[in-house]
Amino acid sequence: MSSILTLAILPLIGALLVAVLPNENVLRIKQAALGTTVLTALFGIFIATKFVSSDTTFQFTQKLEWIPSFSINFALGVDGLALVLILMSVVLVPIVLLAGWHESEGGRWSAKVFYILILVLETMMIGVFAATDLFLFYVIFEAMLIPVYFLIGGYGSGERAAAAVKFLIYSLFGGLLMLASIIGLYVISNNAGHATFDITELSQLHTVMSSSTQNLLFLGFFIAFAIKAPLWPLHTWLPDAAKAATPGTSVLLLGVLDKVGTFGMIRFCITIFPDASKTFTPVIIVLSVISIIYGAFLAIRARDLKRLIAYTSISHFGFITMGIFAMTTQGQSGATFYMFNHGFSTAALFIVGGWMISRRGSSTIADFGGLQRITPVMAWMFFIAGMSSLALPGLSSFVSEFLVLVGTYTRYPVAAVIATIGIVLAALYILIPVQKVLHGPTTAGNEDLPDLNLREKIAIAPVIAVIVAFGFYPSPLLNIINPTSAHVIHDAGFTDPAPTEIAGK
Amino acid sequence: MTFTAPVLQYALLAPILIVLAGALIGVLIEAFVRSSSRASAQLFVAVATIVIAFAQLVRVRGEGSIAAAMSAVTFDGAGVLLQGSILVIALISLFLIADQDNFTAAAAAVPGSLDEREAHQARVRTTEVFPLTLFAVAGMLLFPVSSDLITLFVALEMLSLPLYLMAGLSRYRRLASQEAALKYFLLGAFSSAFFLFGAAFLYGYSSSLTFAGIEAAVSGGAGNDVFLLLGIAFVSVGLLFKVGAFPFHAWSPDVYQGAPTPVTAFMAAATKVAAFGAILRIFYVSLGSAQSQWRPALVVIAIATMLFGSLVAIAQKDVKRMLAYSSIAHAGFLLSGVIALSKAGLDASIFYLFAYGVATVGGFAIVTLVRDSAGEVTDLNRWSGLGKRSPIVASTFAFFLLAFAGIPMTSGFIGKFSIFSAAYESGNSAILIAGVLSSAIAAFFYIRVIVLMFFKDPVEDGASVVIPSALTTTTIAISATITLVLGIFPAPLINFIASTAVFLR
Repeated sequence: MSSILTLAILPLIGALLVAVLPNENVLRIKQAALGTTVLTALFGIFIATKFVSSDTTFQFTQKLEWIPSFSINFALGVDGLALVLILMSVVLVPIVLLAGWHESEGGRWSAKVFYILILVLETMMIGVFAATDLFLFYVIFEAMLIPVYFLIGGYGSGERAAAAVKFLIYSLFGGLLMLASIIGLYVISNNAGHATFDITELSQLHTVMSSSTQNLLFLGFFIAFAIKAPLWPLHTWLPDAAKAATPGTSVLLLGVLDKVGTFGMIRFCITIFPDASKTFTPVIIVLSVISIIYGAFLAIRARDLKRLIAYTSISHFGFITMGIFAMTTQGQSGATFYMFNHGFSTAALFIVGGWMISRRGSSTIADFGGLQRITPVMAWMFFIAGMSSLALPGLSSFVSEFLVLVGTYTRYPVAAVIATIGIVLAALYILIPVQKVLHGPTTAGNEDLPDLNLREKIAIAPVIAVIVAFGFYPSPLLNIINPTSAHVIHDAGFTDPAPTEIAGK
Repeated sequence: MTFTAPVLQYALLAPILIVLAGALIGVLIEAFVRSSSRASAQLFVAVATIVIAFAQLVRVRGEGSIAAAMSAVTFDGAGVLLQGSILVIALISLFLIADQDNFTAAAAAVPGSLDEREAHQARVRTTEVFPLTLFAVAGMLLFPVSSDLITLFVALEMLSLPLYLMAGLSRYRRLASQEAALKYFLLGAFSSAFFLFGAAFLYGYSSSLTFAGIEAAVSGGAGNDVFLLLGIAFVSVGLLFKVGAFPFHAWSPDVYQGAPTPVTAFMAAATKVAAFGAILRIFYVSLGSAQSQWRPALVVIAIATMLFGSLVAIAQKDVKRMLAYSSIAHAGFLLSGVIALSKAGLDASIFYLFAYGVATVGGFAIVTLVRDSAGEVTDLNRWSGLGKRSPIVASTFAFFLLAFAGIPMTSGFIGKFSIFSAAYESGNSAILIAGVLSSAIAAFFYIRVIVLMFFKDPVEDGASVVIPSALTTTTIAISATITLVLGIFPAPLINFIASTAVFLR
């Protein structure tokens, strides 16, 4: 059994363990769930140390026959891209559980169900990034909607049912478009003499496809991923879902699940349909730039803390998509690193924001004021999270945003310049709420808010550590990411426009 | 004129004959067994009959003959699979039918009359339903293996007549039930006339009633094409009526709603298998060479059926009507397997029929559990909050709905995938696109029911779930297990179908 399969199964074992624990013993359930996820995270980090970054083929592979008559395999394996995202996922889950220790209470169902859903979701998160069989990827891609749907609808707040349905319908619609494309690919590979779902083999298939077929199939995939990511104008489900979900679920939703969209763009759109990607790149770059600017404006106008974070993410996903479709190694590496960083900075914002909201009993920004004096530790954490979101130099998000912009500039200077406005706007949408919430006079209702307790400090510490550490020293991750990015760009038939010195080497 | 005695291969016909014999024993039980022990005797005989027939089918599965009963019955791999599916579905439906609370005590009594009340007070039980079911099963077994038009017609009537009766046996809302029976009978008779009319034209065209003879005439191309066209058209109308394809679907919502739910389950699942078996045989075996004549029309019907079923289902407020429209949509999906006209299409259709049939019985089985003092509650609004009161029943129903929607990890997904890839492989991209679109629409109303059950609070006059009897529990457990296992490990069944399914011609 390869170590990736072991990693994916660990949370599932935890879910079984939680399932057999008695319903009443909530503390024991929480401990079991947290223990499992910590173990998974440690094992994930251990695997990362064994990864050979110079090797651009899939590593830790595992291949079992699943449905041989359709050439479907249960095939897992990781390259740099998948490894970084899996690492991010397994580290975020225990943090989310610890930070949202009481999130499972007061839901529609018991705490037990909450932890089972989270643990099953973690297995699927690892599986979706590690799948090297398109069919397996699709199965997990669709199946993971179900636990998230129940997490939002069962444990969220406000219009949770409506938000959960909106999320599910959008995702299912995209997924079904992708299914049509997958069937198309399968039939084409079959007609070409060798039916397959293997990603590496599918990436050779573009030579036998007509460009119109390629364009159509590409769109099926791209729209599904653009809904997931989400890209303007397919983003409207995200703010509702993020507002209704618990902070922890929001972290997993925006931090991890939405990355499946951007991950898919690299793994499937560009790798399988290089020519179609080239055709659609100008359109996608425009959509990305619109997302960056539009998301930023929405964020500036936002009056609700959770919506604010969701809108900033739309802007950030614009950057990621732009980096991906700039078709340069730097842009691609920057985008991949951006995905990782966005996971952590969004986690920081949602977690600290979640604490503020649960303490104050309101998520309206105007209800807060003067937290710097009352709850200094929490205020500092929120400040750092905000700075990470606006990509302050010295924090990890700066490195990735810089790489994306440089990578884009070499090919699409105009887009890069307009996107830079997004950075200025980011300063606005972060600094205005920071100023309102943390500084200024203490407004009524905030006087007695307690500061972070020990559990909360332990939960947020690793997030801040990651943000700061990779800001100063990003090379360990970039060393994993760069060869894969170069490989993807090269295989898709692109060359970097100008000789480049890759940052961090 | 000399009379030659027909040569019959009794071993191959045995499954049908055994079921007929069981039905006759059932009639004798009605006459001679005391009423107090009649129900258990009937159930025992019916189950034993189905099991023995299945065992015989397994015993002769490897043998094939185009002259099982002269040229009237062809026993081949596809026939074995279809008959096997019908027997499995009949068995799990029988458990449901055995829950006698669903049937009226005195079918002949005027609804609301004194006779009826007396019969109810005397706890008279409608045990005739068992032999009726077995007669219908015998007809269904004959239907997909018939290989001439007369036998096909006899089988059609044989399966339909008992069903007309059974539709009128509901214990609650008897007027609606009788209306359903009458409607089903009249429209069924109407469509039988169409079928006969078409059979006459085909005979006029080919001067043969056997499928092989028609095939020879079609590929010889000697006859009058107008006769052929009219023949295909009218025979198709008769068969499409049975599967409830648009625009011949009008009976199905009323009949599904009015009939006792166990009968609905049996009818929806088993009739579909039998009728599609017959459609597949007649189109694949005898009309394959005339595909340019019928394929375009069938493509239009399939697309219209999918879209119509999915769209109209959205507006339904009654769970049985909703499932009826969903079954119309599924008829459209299944037609794409007929259109594929390939080995892959045949395999996919058989898999789909079995998976869908089993899930349908399971879904309706759960409908029988949701009741108030006046019987089953099928008004969807009163299902709201069911997940809170009976989480297990609601979750299982949700699982069946997800299978109907074709979400991965259920048998529905594998079925959908294989049938759409077969259709696309045969060059019908329009079917693929329409199929995917209507799946997206269909997902909407399935999810709406899930929302209702899990995310809405119970209403005041809401329904409650009765404790399922051991028989109903068995049905639900078997259906759910098959649906799950076929979603995760479909390979054994797919391989078996692929190696077995052939039409002898």
